[in-house]
Amino acid sequence: MLTDAERLRIEETFALYESRSASAVDGLLIIQQSRGWVSDEALADLAQFLAVSTHSLESLASFYSMIFRHPVGRHVIMVCESVCCWIAGSAELTAYLNDRLSVGLGETTADGRFTLLPVVCLGACDRAPAMMVDGRLHGPVVAADIDSILSQYP
Amino acid sequence: MMDKSTPADKPLTGHLRADGRPLGLGEYVKNGGYGALRKAVTSMASAEVTDVVTQSRLAGRGGAGFPTGRKWGFAATGPDYAGAKYLVANGDEMEPGAFKDRVLMEGNPHLLLEGMAIAAYAVGAATAYLFIRAEYRKSDQIMRRAIAEAREAGYLGKRIFGSGFDVEIIPHSSAGRYICGEGSALLNALEGERPIPRHKPPHQTSAGLWSKPTVVNNVETLCCVPAIITNGAHWFIDLARSGEGGTKLYTVSGRVNRPGAWELPLGTSIRELLEEYAGGMRTGLHVTAVLPGGGSTGFVLEKDLDTPMDEASLRQVGSRLGTGTIIVLDDQTCPVGMLHNLEQFYAQESCGWCTPCWQGLHWVRELLGDIEGGRGTMADIGLLQWHVDLIKPEHTFCDLAPGAMQPLESGLRHFYSDFVAHVREHDCPRRAAGRRWG
Ligand SMILES: Cc1cc2nc3c(=O)[nH]c(=O)nc-3n(C[C@H](O)[C@H](O)[C@H](O)COP(=O)(O)O)c2cc1C
Ligand code: SF4
Ligand code: FES
Repeated sequence: MLTDAERLRIEETFALYESRSASAVDGLLIIQQSRGWVSDEALADLAQFLAVSTHSLESLASFYSMIFRHPVGRHVIMVCESVCCWIAGSAELTAYLNDRLSVGLGETTADGRFTLLPVVCLGACDRAPAMMVDGRLHGPVVAADIDSILSQYP
Repeated sequence: MMDKSTPADKPLTGHLRADGRPLGLGEYVKNGGYGALRKAVTSMASAEVTDVVTQSRLAGRGGAGFPTGRKWGFAATGPDYAGAKYLVANGDEMEPGAFKDRVLMEGNPHLLLEGMAIAAYAVGAATAYLFIRAEYRKSDQIMRRAIAEAREAGYLGKRIFGSGFDVEIIPHSSAGRYICGEGSALLNALEGERPIPRHKPPHQTSAGLWSKPTVVNNVETLCCVPAIITNGAHWFIDLARSGEGGTKLYTVSGRVNRPGAWELPLGTSIRELLEEYAGGMRTGLHVTAVLPGGGSTGFVLEKDLDTPMDEASLRQVGSRLGTGTIIVLDDQTCPVGMLHNLEQFYAQESCGWCTPCWQGLHWVRELLGDIEGGRGTMADIGLLQWHVDLIKPEHTFCDLAPGAMQPLESGLRHFYSDFVAHVREHDCPRRAAGRRWG
């Protein structure tokens, strides 16, 4: 079941477009904001609310890289893997985080605190190597800063 | 030649705050902001606005360089058309190496809103969407706040400056995928459809968003518009050092001393950007080549660094202006590795609609991975060339895949010996020198 608050926020977006189905991306993002991810059940509820098929909504949700269809940790770390960050050593940065957090890319720490994900160019190539935690940009990231960055996300 | 320009020479960034905070509405208006919108809606017919923009030679800054005034003209429908029309600002900016639109949205949000409102007036749109990529949370917040401020002050909304012109600007946050930046995929994204490109024709200017005439323009393109209306087409042309009109928000990234963004006349040379503005290469590094216009443009070698950054000049050295965002390849970074990284991006971001792209780019990525890893053969290099020859415009449904071939095509030409060395030595010859983090 969508919560009343979610329903209200999604309804507010109906006026922005010519059709109700156009609120699909807003709807997915609203659900994700309140729950951290989009479960099969939430997806089906949203599809019903927007009067679209579950399949077509799933084909959207799975297309977009920022819609999470699996549970994630309390904080999501995204490390840029694209060209400018690669030149600046993003592979080594990722390896350091793998080691520090004992997780691979796409995995969540045992205590549920962090999920580590790869991401394409963040549009922060002047700050390479860059990473984003919960939507906040950090860069250029040097090894000595990592502990203090991570400690900002309890 | 160090920078002696005044704010008037930099219509996009001349008034940016030194502390990096966004220019507020009050400051924007104090510097003449929204004066161009007033001039357009109270004293010019919409066709006149389009004419001035056409004369200014403003060409799209989103990567394809299409003349902006001409595009607006295609959306003209004549007095009998009573339906809706749309203007869309493309703030997807997911091309590797590009961050110019972020600088504009974070620094000067009202400039974009004013440009959008004027463009909407010119094409007869009462609704304009601003499409912002998912990861630009800060831009998103700043733009939403600016829209609310501008609406409150009456610069957006109904009967602007007492004219008969109404316009609403609706921000839309995307959810991540490079293909959403392709104009027609972007329209599908806004409609809540799967964001894959659309067949053309029909062109967006006749049947776009919800099948209504629609103009899609890049954020930087729209930011150029207010000053053109205020100062005129000739002023804009004269800003450039070449025949193409205006300034350009160039960026430089890679291992230079001061990566960043600078607004300079179109036609500024690559060397000037690298040396005067980006502060040259970091100690111990030398420049080998650059991708002058982002990830979908071909390499320009060190010997050609005096090439002016404009479309005509870059074409002469086998590349393109693209988004005008320079990525530097240094002598300790492997060109094969760099191409592998780039093609990994394009293969991953392929929307999957047409076979030459989703199959071809994956194969290209695998081949490059093998060669970079010392497992490649001479036949693999031949296969890469074969893909370059086959993945061309017209062979694919959109320009993502042909764009992906541009760095590879030029890379095979300029760095052939590096490819061969990987095959012969079964390793990357530069790995020992290599890249270092930090
Ligand atoms: C794969 C792909 C991605 C694109 N991404 C963007 C983008 O992020 N921003 C943009 O303005 N144009 C992008 N474009 C170009 C748009 O299709 C379109 O040409 C542009 O938005 C038009 O605006 P302009 O004429 O003002 O440049 C992309 C094109 C392709 C093929
Ligand atoms: S070229 Fe690639 S991105 Fe473009 S339509 Fe074909 S599969 Fe999709
Ligand atoms: S390549 Fe990492 S932010 Fe652009």
